[in-house]
Amino acid sequence: MHTTLTVNERRYDLQVEARRTLADALREDCGLTGTHLGCEHGVCGACTVLVNGDAVRSCLMFAVQCDGARIRTVEGLGDDHPLQAAFSAEHALQCGFCTPGFLMLAAGALKDDPTLSEDPERLRELLTSNLCRCTGYDAIRRAVVRGATAATSP
Amino acid sequence: MKPAPFDYVAARSTDEVLAALADGDTQVLAGGQSLVLEMNYRAARPRRLVDINRVPEFDRLDATGPALRVGPLVRHRAFGSDAVPGPLGELLRLVVHHIAHPPIRARGTMLGSLAYAHPAAEWPAVVTALGGELHLTGAAGERTVAAEDFFTGPFTTARRPDELLAEVRLPHLPRGAAVGFAEHRRTHASFAQLAAIAAVTVTDGRVVSARIGLVNASDRATRAHAAEAVLAGQPLDDAHVAAAAEAAARQDADPQPQPYADLEYQRHAIGVLVRRALRQARDGG
Repeated sequence: MHTTLTVNERRYDLQVEARRTLADALREDCGLTGTHLGCEHGVCGACTVLVNGDAVRSCLMFAVQCDGARIRTVEGLGDDHPLQAAFSAEHALQCGFCTPGFLMLAAGALKDDPTLSEDPERLRELLTSNLCRCTGYDAIRRAVVRGATAATSP
Repeated sequence: MKPAPFDYVAARSTDEVLAALADGDTQVLAGGQSLVLEMNYRAARPRRLVDINRVPEFDRLDATGPALRVGPLVRHRAFGSDAVPGPLGELLRLVVHHIAHPPIRARGTMLGSLAYAHPAAEWPAVVTALGGELHLTGAAGERTVAAEDFFTGPFTTARRPDELLAEVRLPHLPRGAAVGFAEHRRTHASFAQLAAIAAVTVTDGRVVSARIGLVNASDRATRAHAAEAVLAGQPLDDAHVAAAAEAAARQDADPQPQPYADLEYQRHAIGVLVRRALRQARDGG
């Protein structure tokens, strides 16, 4: 099926089977391999991307559903996003497999509500969304707080 | 894994959805947060999907009438806001934070959860406890089914394959109703092992209305009629709360074998959760 995705402001005209997940389309058809695939059933969150602004599991959507949608992946954060600098500063990654998913989860949530990082309970609830097997999560929590502060300070 | 091949149609209207469903071998794709994962497992291999995400008006959420009316594309996350007023809204806000996590709640829908009928899902028990009605529409016409008749077993409902679950109607709770919710699960985003829902109205020191629902305490969503009867006309004191919890555990629940808990443990936990939900309704917090 013909599907047009706008990923990180660039237009991709794709010819995909209906069963092509958004995650596979991003990786295989758009060549954007920053989005990682872990469990392929919505649990791990490594494949989290923004679709029309919402952080969602790209393994649980089909690319054809996103025809005309605006998608943002970890490549769209650029190389110097405050969250990326904060993840580095707080040692919030080790092997790095989950990192793109956590970055997009946090980027989506902070865009919706920049005050999120000031509410420990809500931030904790948000971070239960994704799995990390290296860091133990607290470094990730600190990184999101630090990244949010950097992003909103003048 | 990757899903098996299927045909895909994106519907733009109710008529287009019903036309696609008419063959009896097409499944509705709403949020997809259960369906697509089952397809990825190849536990589900639908011949065709009809995607309802582009149907205008399907995301309607109308709280103005005597019953809250929820359309087929209202995502879980809508119930985390103050879109629904009064004690019903308060109960839905308590419950929704126990459904998966934010990215899933941004896509998954209340009606999808009802149609899927997972015994450990929260919404079926809420709708059953509150006496909700499910509105189905198909080629043969429209019909309305009471929640207690809709859920017929694990992953099994009264919906026929050619029907769309078009709306759920949830009666508003009385103005003075107080609500509680208690859930037992391994981690924050895990499935419920067991949960209890309570909505109680007390007037002049006596219970005038009690609604109690149980999650995963049977092979389907359960309304705890015996526990409700224990409370009717009585003060909501510790003795009656304990008696209602005992009735829920011994009479209303029909726990199923689980790998993580034997039946007696489940009955014990159901009693504890009903007590907590009722105390939360009574004492707040």
